[in-house]
Amino acid sequence: MSKTPTNLKYTKSHEWVELLADGTLRAGITDHAQDLLGDMVFVELPEPGRSVTAGQECAVVESVKAASDVYSPVSGEIIAVNEALGGSPDLINKDAYGEGWMMHIKPSSTAELDSLLDANAYAALVAAEAH
Amino acid sequence: MGHRTPLYEAHLAMGAKIVDFGGWDMPLHYGSQIEEHHSVRRAAGMFDVSHMTIVDLEGERVREFLRYLLANNVDRLTQPGDAHGRASVAGGGMPGATKALYTCMLNEKGGVIDDLIVYFNTEQWFRLVVNAATRDKDLAWITHHAAAFAVKVKERDDLAMIAVQGPQARAAVHELIGTAAPQAAALGPFYALHAGELFIACTGYTGEDGYEIMLPATQAAGFWQRLHKAGVRPIGLGARDTLRLEAGMNLYGADMDEGTTPLESALGWTVAWEPASRDFIGRAALEAQRRVGAKFKLVGLVLDDKGVLRNHQKVIVDGREAGEITSGSFSPTLGKAIAFARVPQEAGEHVEVDVRGKLLAVRIVKPPFVRHGKSCIEQK
Repeated sequence: MSKTPTNLKYTKSHEWVELLADGTLRAGITDHAQDLLGDMVFVELPEPGRSVTAGQECAVVESVKAASDVYSPVSGEIIAVNEALGGSPDLINKDAYGEGWMMHIKPSSTAELDSLLDANAYAALVAAEAH
Repeated sequence: MGHRTPLYEAHLAMGAKIVDFGGWDMPLHYGSQIEEHHSVRRAAGMFDVSHMTIVDLEGERVREFLRYLLANNVDRLTQPGDAHGRASVAGGGMPGATKALYTCMLNEKGGVIDDLIVYFNTEQWFRLVVNAATRDKDLAWITHHAAAFAVKVKERDDLAMIAVQGPQARAAVHELIGTAAPQAAALGPFYALHAGELFIACTGYTGEDGYEIMLPATQAAGFWQRLHKAGVRPIGLGARDTLRLEAGMNLYGADMDEGTTPLESALGWTVAWEPASRDFIGRAALEAQRRVGAKFKLVGLVLDDKGVLRNHQKVIVDGREAGEITSGSFSPTLGKAIAFARVPQEAGEHVEVDVRGKLLAVRIVKPPFVRHGKSCIEQK
């Protein structure tokens, strides 16, 4: 069973977002998403400094099975990316919400966060997709 | 719910992710496909291949029938096995050993109905192992043509099949088979023997040393557990595919099918042209194609940049879309993407592939990509 931590927000396209104490966000793909994709072999991350809008393609994860676009969960600016994924894309498989994080984002506003799914709603979405 | 092999419960207990494969519920992986791949290259892994179809052919004219049915020539099989599991001295080879042959079964147009392995047990009893996804059409085709030769076609769904592959695979099996171990150890590639109720063949689909073992379905779960206790790791279909791709082995339905001939599928070596007097199904069409030359060839591709080659991506030759990837994946051993592609005969070493809208430069190489754990490809 894939994990869905309650302190995170989720998108319908299987990204997660964590609100950090300083008001910035960390984001990645969910445990459910990595489980569906299987072993990661390449990760393509955005350039830090790039502006993104919610729902915009900003990264690609490529597994043994398929390539999949990753969408920015909110609008804002990419302030850092997880360089460790270049050499160890499997961090996403091992720890999707921790060491497998992908992007650090400075959001334009925190209002967009409210429109994202909470853990219960995301778990329900995953359960519905399974049927 | 699909068909289930006798090992289905064992797969679940070992944490398998189950997928549908040609109507069968089969393990895709047991956690990590890449780690499973490395285990086979470096140690030993076991595969449940019980979904494959085992067919026994019996009758006085079996050899004559197979000469006609198959594109390779069963007359290359001269050393019979022993039906009763007793050691027999035959053909000047090792006592009790029998020979196997890889071949295509063609339609009248030279298209590949299936690829299979044929085993010679006795002059009245040969065995075929054909693909799972092609079971129905294969049985129909074989049965249809067998009638004229009075050959009996018997599907052996009472048997299971387990492949054990990797540098330590044979030693692990030897621990389990008691007095048959020395005989098994002496088997060369494409030889097989009966050991009691086991049929042990020195064949595989990984490019590593190892066995494919047929055994009564009722014994499969016990044998699987004993292999596991001997340190052999279970391997899913995901790693099975990357292992066979690295080893340069075709997959039916992806790399060839009824619309392609062996000559367009890098399988020309499996066609026995001599003796010219042997009539086999598809021969006339194949000879016609050989005379004018096949327009397409199946080649290996290596992508030295980041990215993964995948089935059906287009191959660009001299700026023109001219070919297609038939099997593409990430090679865990090489750490880069590799593929088979069907391209025009005249394609040179350097071509491009359209990977998600980007044209990436790839090299055409001659498979295998990996053999016995080592790269066969020049590193760039």
